[in-house]
Amino acid sequence: MQCELDIFFLEAVLNGVLLAGLLALLALGLNLIFGVIDVVWICYAELVMIGMYGINYAYKAGAPFLAAALFGILLVALAGVLLHQLVIRPVLDSAPINQLLVTGGVLFVLQAAATVAFGIDFKTLGIRLGSLNVYDMSFSYSRILTFAVASAAMLLLWLFLSRSYVGIAIRAIAQDRQIMPLMGVDHRNIYLITSGIGGGLAGLAAVLMVVQYDIYPQIGLQFGPLIFMICVLGGLGSMIGGFIAAFLISEFIAVGGSCFATEWGYAIAFLFFMIVMFIRPQGLFGGKA
Amino acid sequence: MRRPSKSALAGLAVLIALPFIIRFSLGGSERYYLHLLIQIFIWAFIYTGWSIMGRFGLTSFGHGAFTGIGAYGCVLLWNYLGLTPWVGIPLSVVVAVVVALLVGYPCFHLRITGHYFALLTLALTEFVRLCIVGLRDYTGGSLGTQPRRYGDGLSIYAIQFETDRVVSFYIALALWLTGLAIWIWVDSSMDRYALEAASQDEEAAASVGIDVTREKLKVTAISAAMCAFGGAIYGQYQMYIGPDTIAGLSVSLNIVFAVIAGGLWVMLGPTVGAVFTQVLSEALRVTIQSTAGLQSAFGSSVLALDTLIYGLLLVLFIIYMPKGILGTLLERRQKKSVSSRIAPVSAA
Repeated sequence: MQCELDIFFLEAVLNGVLLAGLLALLALGLNLIFGVIDVVWICYAELVMIGMYGINYAYKAGAPFLAAALFGILLVALAGVLLHQLVIRPVLDSAPINQLLVTGGVLFVLQAAATVAFGIDFKTLGIRLGSLNVYDMSFSYSRILTFAVASAAMLLLWLFLSRSYVGIAIRAIAQDRQIMPLMGVDHRNIYLITSGIGGGLAGLAAVLMVVQYDIYPQIGLQFGPLIFMICVLGGLGSMIGGFIAAFLISEFIAVGGSCFATEWGYAIAFLFFMIVMFIRPQGLFGGKA
Repeated sequence: MRRPSKSALAGLAVLIALPFIIRFSLGGSERYYLHLLIQIFIWAFIYTGWSIMGRFGLTSFGHGAFTGIGAYGCVLLWNYLGLTPWVGIPLSVVVAVVVALLVGYPCFHLRITGHYFALLTLALTEFVRLCIVGLRDYTGGSLGTQPRRYGDGLSIYAIQFETDRVVSFYIALALWLTGLAIWIWVDSSMDRYALEAASQDEEAAASVGIDVTREKLKVTAISAAMCAFGGAIYGQYQMYIGPDTIAGLSVSLNIVFAVIAGGLWVMLGPTVGAVFTQVLSEALRVTIQSTAGLQSAFGSSVLALDTLIYGLLLVLFIIYMPKGILGTLLERRQKKSVSSRIAPVSAA
């Protein structure tokens, strides 16, 4: 246990900040969907996994990276729309817990489908960006890039939601599901657009993850619980809450992981989450309990 | 308490005679079929334990933590302290119940329900799994560990019975029957009405004098104890425990799905769920393994095909049959008998 306030501690803190960018982006898509449609996609991380495989194959087939990335984003956006149309729509009026469970079933399907189609071995894109060295600290460029792109995407989404007509309609639906149809907003279209954007955000996360991590069918289980925890901690549906929660959680993971072992970083994060939930059950920034 | 019906007694007699029926009719693969039945009974017990709280709207993803605590507690105490499971199992069950109450009390007190409850209990499962993996010097990490074998592997002192499948069968059968007895006991108690009221409308239930938190804690404790006990017995039977086979999110999800598939609100629903999921995955596995064409096309990853079909069925179940197999069948039968009873009256 080397937990001194030295340069490595600072390195862990800064790496935590970089990780937070990615986690915040992942939480953002899930929060958007929950806020608007009132459904939690348990299989969200599996959509990211599908995107990663898509990018991997497009890139290996000879497409330039940016084209492969675009393909991945569109693929997952399409998957989000299909998920909503085929799975979520039939259960929109049933008990909330059934909506949660049905996407859990999709989690099994996607994971198994990936195993059957792509095998269980780890796949890597083989892009190495190197790392930035400051004093004795080292930060990989892929993480810095991830942080920058994730921040830009969040800013763009915020602009879209606050400035464009469709964005305002989305926010209006999130605020009142009953009144908006009377005002002439077709909530079915809004749901489809939101699912597409949510999927697109998952696709973007896939682009950023594919340069950092190896791809394997179970990768969703590594990130999924973490994303839900961040969303709930920030208050389900609260995008700013999710953003701040992502920073808190990734600091626990990065610092805890560097002081002890990786699992203990995660374990402390989950423990912290449970304790906060008992103090503020609606989450840090959740309006309604 | 209602008296057991004739058909229930006959069914029980068949189950008791089952090992002998199997021996005479399927002698060659006796061990395999008994193994399948033992798995079904143990999981049916765990599923029934989950449904004791699940039926009141407390959808927990935390039961993978309780099965894990039960299995690991018992094995670690035996391996490192030489403590017999006769003490180790009750101790680990107590630990699981304490954890359940520690998480349950604030949840129920603060009225955390629905998505929040599900995701919070999911965090508990992850926490326990990470602890198991983190303590790898004792638990074997993600590779899992084994209880130390005592003598020839058949011992009352060490509660080890894996080598004799017939003994294992009766232990699993007794376990399952105990689970059903607990279910009936809870079902016929006053707590059930209190909890049903609370699951419909908590405020209203509290206003007529129901201590909602207390009632919920009661079923949570029973449910966690059953899952921990089932987990411990599963470990003793398999003689192997791993963080993914008896703890963790996949176990939690399997529990929830099997119960939903079988039927959440009827006594034998979780059992039907266990039969359905175990038989389905075994049948798919055997068919896929014996199909040479599939093997050559996909290689070893074809083994995931059963999970794929299983997941698809689950999605279809939740969309089209939310009451589960048994729940839907019973409802159909009830409707039929009601309509046949009404029909002559309206004709007259």
